[in-house]
Amino acid sequence: MFELKHEMLRKLAREFAERELEPIAADAEKNGGYPKELQKKAAECGFGGITIPKEYGGAGGDYKSLAIVVEEFCKKDAAASSMLMSNSLSGAPYLYYGTEEQKQKYLKPMVLGETIGAFALTEPGAGSDSAATQTTCLWDEEQGCYILNGRKCFITMGPVCDYAVVFAKSDLQAKGTRGISAFIVEAGWEGFSRGKAEEKMGMHASVTSDLIFNNVKVPKENLLGEEGQGFKIAMGILDAGRVTVAAQGLGIAAGCLDLAVRYSKERVQFGRPICKLQDVAFKLADMATEVQAARLLVYDVADKLDKHEKVTMQAAMAKYKAGETCNTVAYKALQIHGGYGYMQDYAIERMTRAARLVSIYEGTSEIQKLVISGNLLK
Amino acid sequence: MAVLISKEKCKGCSLCVKACPFAAIDMVEKKAVINDKCTMCGTCVEACKFGAIIKEEETKEKDLSSYKDVWVFAEQRAGVITPVVFELLGKGRDLAAGIGGVSLCAILLGENLEDMTRQLFEAGADIVYTAESSLLENYTSDGYTKVISEAINEFKPEIVLYGATHIGRDLAPRIAARVNTGLTADCTKLEIDPETKGILQTRPAFGGNLMATIKCPDHRPQMSTVRPGVMDKAPVEAGRTGKVVPVTLNLQESDIRTKVLEIVKTAKDMVSLTDAEIIVSGGAGLGDASGFDLIRRFADKVGGVVGASRAAVDSGWIDHSHQVGQTGTTVKPKIYIACGISGAIQHLAGMQTSDVIIAVNKNPLAPIFDVADYGIVGDLYKVIPELMEAWK
Amino acid sequence: MKILVCVKQVPNTNEVKINPKTGTLIRDGVESILNPDDDNALEAALQIKDANEGTTVTVISMGPPQAAEALRECLAKGADDAVLLSSRAFGGADTWATSNTIAGAIKKIADYDLIFAGRQAIDGDTAQVGPQIAERLGIPQVTYVEEILKCEGGRLTVKRQLEDGYEIIEIPTPCLLTAVKELNTPRYMSVKGIYEACGKEITVWNEHDIVVKPDEIGINASPTKVFRSFTPEPKGKGMLIQGTPREAAAKVIEELEKKHIL
Repeated sequence: MFELKHEMLRKLAREFAERELEPIAADAEKNGGYPKELQKKAAECGFGGITIPKEYGGAGGDYKSLAIVVEEFCKKDAAASSMLMSNSLSGAPYLYYGTEEQKQKYLKPMVLGETIGAFALTEPGAGSDSAATQTTCLWDEEQGCYILNGRKCFITMGPVCDYAVVFAKSDLQAKGTRGISAFIVEAGWEGFSRGKAEEKMGMHASVTSDLIFNNVKVPKENLLGEEGQGFKIAMGILDAGRVTVAAQGLGIAAGCLDLAVRYSKERVQFGRPICKLQDVAFKLADMATEVQAARLLVYDVADKLDKHEKVTMQAAMAKYKAGETCNTVAYKALQIHGGYGYMQDYAIERMTRAARLVSIYEGTSEIQKLVISGNLLK
Repeated sequence: MAVLISKEKCKGCSLCVKACPFAAIDMVEKKAVINDKCTMCGTCVEACKFGAIIKEEETKEKDLSSYKDVWVFAEQRAGVITPVVFELLGKGRDLAAGIGGVSLCAILLGENLEDMTRQLFEAGADIVYTAESSLLENYTSDGYTKVISEAINEFKPEIVLYGATHIGRDLAPRIAARVNTGLTADCTKLEIDPETKGILQTRPAFGGNLMATIKCPDHRPQMSTVRPGVMDKAPVEAGRTGKVVPVTLNLQESDIRTKVLEIVKTAKDMVSLTDAEIIVSGGAGLGDASGFDLIRRFADKVGGVVGASRAAVDSGWIDHSHQVGQTGTTVKPKIYIACGISGAIQHLAGMQTSDVIIAVNKNPLAPIFDVADYGIVGDLYKVIPELMEAWK
Repeated sequence: MKILVCVKQVPNTNEVKINPKTGTLIRDGVESILNPDDDNALEAALQIKDANEGTTVTVISMGPPQAAEALRECLAKGADDAVLLSSRAFGGADTWATSNTIAGAIKKIADYDLIFAGRQAIDGDTAQVGPQIAERLGIPQVTYVEEILKCEGGRLTVKRQLEDGYEIIEIPTPCLLTAVKELNTPRYMSVKGIYEACGKEITVWNEHDIVVKPDEIGINASPTKVFRSFTPEPKGKGMLIQGTPREAAAKVIEELEKKHIL
């Protein structure tokens, strides 16, 4: 399934991760952000729009390519891949449901690295149960626009985004999820504010916050898709989102495995490298097998997505597996590092904390199991 | 000429496959077969335990007897002979002796050559070929290539040596191409083959991981460039003189296509740890921050950069940018001097591939001594001043 | 402007180690890369292309079929086309024969304005091929180029690196320049560039396609021949030096001088 272009892309992503991400990862974690030049460099390489068509500044590539880049980045620094992923996640709604004007105005600059776009679905009362949206965006005939009120939380790039795709109830009468619509909301508009940057357990360089809307006037050109289509839009792009996050989990797991293998060869105790101890060696064997299993799931789904096959169940499997695997592998890798693994000087510490999020966001492992079993037991 | 593998003698052990630096041997049905990538380096010949590989030499009968004498290109800049020239004259004298019955000569281009000519005689040259012209005052590829190539054709030396300086490495290949002969770069060893009286040039390849001995059997002159600081300087014999032979000069301004607009000397900038050739590093054994005053002076004296172990940085004695090790910078200098550093694995990980490691520590069990080429057990506050004193 | 860049695919010699037991090179796991100085040469050509519309950049390499990978990387960085010189007849060449071969290809391409090459390759480390190509083509050269100050009207003004400073040199085109690492920071490939490069065809030429005589190429045309190859002696255990600080210091300095380290 991999062609020459995928091999070359892996080489590029690996070089970029080693030269640009790895050296600054620890500082980025401490400072809670990346230097601006990094985003520019990534945009120049075209990492910002791998799957976005060329007309909108992207490379017009496939999901395997995206998964490869995400994996290689996450081996060195999980938070850095959020810079790309927020484009695939927050870019996809424009791509599939946006008008030409919306794509040119919002999608293209995002892909080119000129602006930052966010994806705002989650609310304090609507996490896994995303249909329980309480944010409203109601048409005001008098003012000739929608009025947006509500609060979104845990939004990646919240503190720095220039605009966001916001899911809100546009029809209070409609049943279930049919009242939800998607809107493009600009950060500069009156009434738009951000909460404080969250202090998370990990991935500090990827900033997260609430987005608060207080009577924000949303022009009708900024309705994305049709009224009532919002939930469909959110769910529709989730398959691709799942593959991307699964690749993130895979990258973290693979990176932790590499660190553990290297450390076990260098660390000498009782007169020999600890990799000669069977328990350590067997731990590594387990970890490597888990990583390989996750890898095959991820790339199989990416391949099927590229072929436009239906992948909902497999995407959920990949995300579930990768999310769990990166946590178990990180745990074991840190254990192999012993005391040094607990020190912030060593990358494994940061990666273990980053791993913890992967089984939670973009659909918790439990939600994935819901999707898998739902499909299985149809 | 080819490398041949005898099918009968080949046991299929694959030792040659593993030894080949160019991946030029394949195993086909349990026998070794040479492929396209072969460069005739002969490593496989040495590696085969069963004598199954031979290098077939072509014997070409070429009359090279009209080529005589060992020449040294006397590079000069602004009237000062580049120091490597004296090292080349030292080695040139050995080569001339090895061949027997030939002269050691220098070829000197530029203006106002008298004093430089005298220096060359005193350093052992029997003959100095001169090319005096204002067009040769500053080095240009075109000017020097033309004059020296024509001199080579006129006087037919059998060997020509050049310093592997920025000038030598620009000039020698161009001359070799013009005169249609072989050139071997950055030689670390030069000898005369007693049988053929030809030169054997040994040089590093693969980033220093492989040494190759090269010969130039069928072309003359045999040419080599040699790095400064590799050969021994020629002894100076004050008052010694020799023969001056001006070359036939056919140089015109239109022969020189480039124009040197400016030559600028710059002061050495701050060198980073990764680029440094010499690093003097201080560790916990210094006792306190003031210990780095000594380290800095030592580094200045030897033209090096200051490094530090993690312990020293964590104690606040010096900035993190100087830290060498797992969580600092990885370095590979020519000389690494570890002062008061125990040599914990996290530090070694950052410097153990240095060319030469010198360690000073008062604890004879310190692990740093396991990787040091030269270890001194003692008080660094006593040893370092002595090292500084003795360092030239 | 038509710019040519001569590149080479080399093993990453920084990663090559010697097996201490057998004294042979460990090549396993050592990847092949685009020679670093050649990357700088390519970047210089691409920067001129970015600044001057209508400029084309062609990369040329002599090597086994695998060298096409390095050429494709150059295409992915922005080169317009690539030529691989590959044939049994080219094998075993020293720098003399190599430069004949590459010059033969350049003569076939013709009408170039500028040729860039890296200063030296990290496997051969000779720095000879660039100047020898220039000599074959009869064009002027500047080696160790660390900055390009001007490039217009058929002339370039460049800064040439010296050991203790630099020279400013003016040179007319066509000419050949060799690049050092200080010249620029090579760009990464881009995602778009990779996709496009994978769709491009790399021209492959053998000895019949280029302007060269059979006795000018390959092992039999090489004036220098390898007599033998060997791995340098392993480091061995270090020496612990005894004596008073003065004596120990003197001994160390003596050892360093003996080995020509000082």
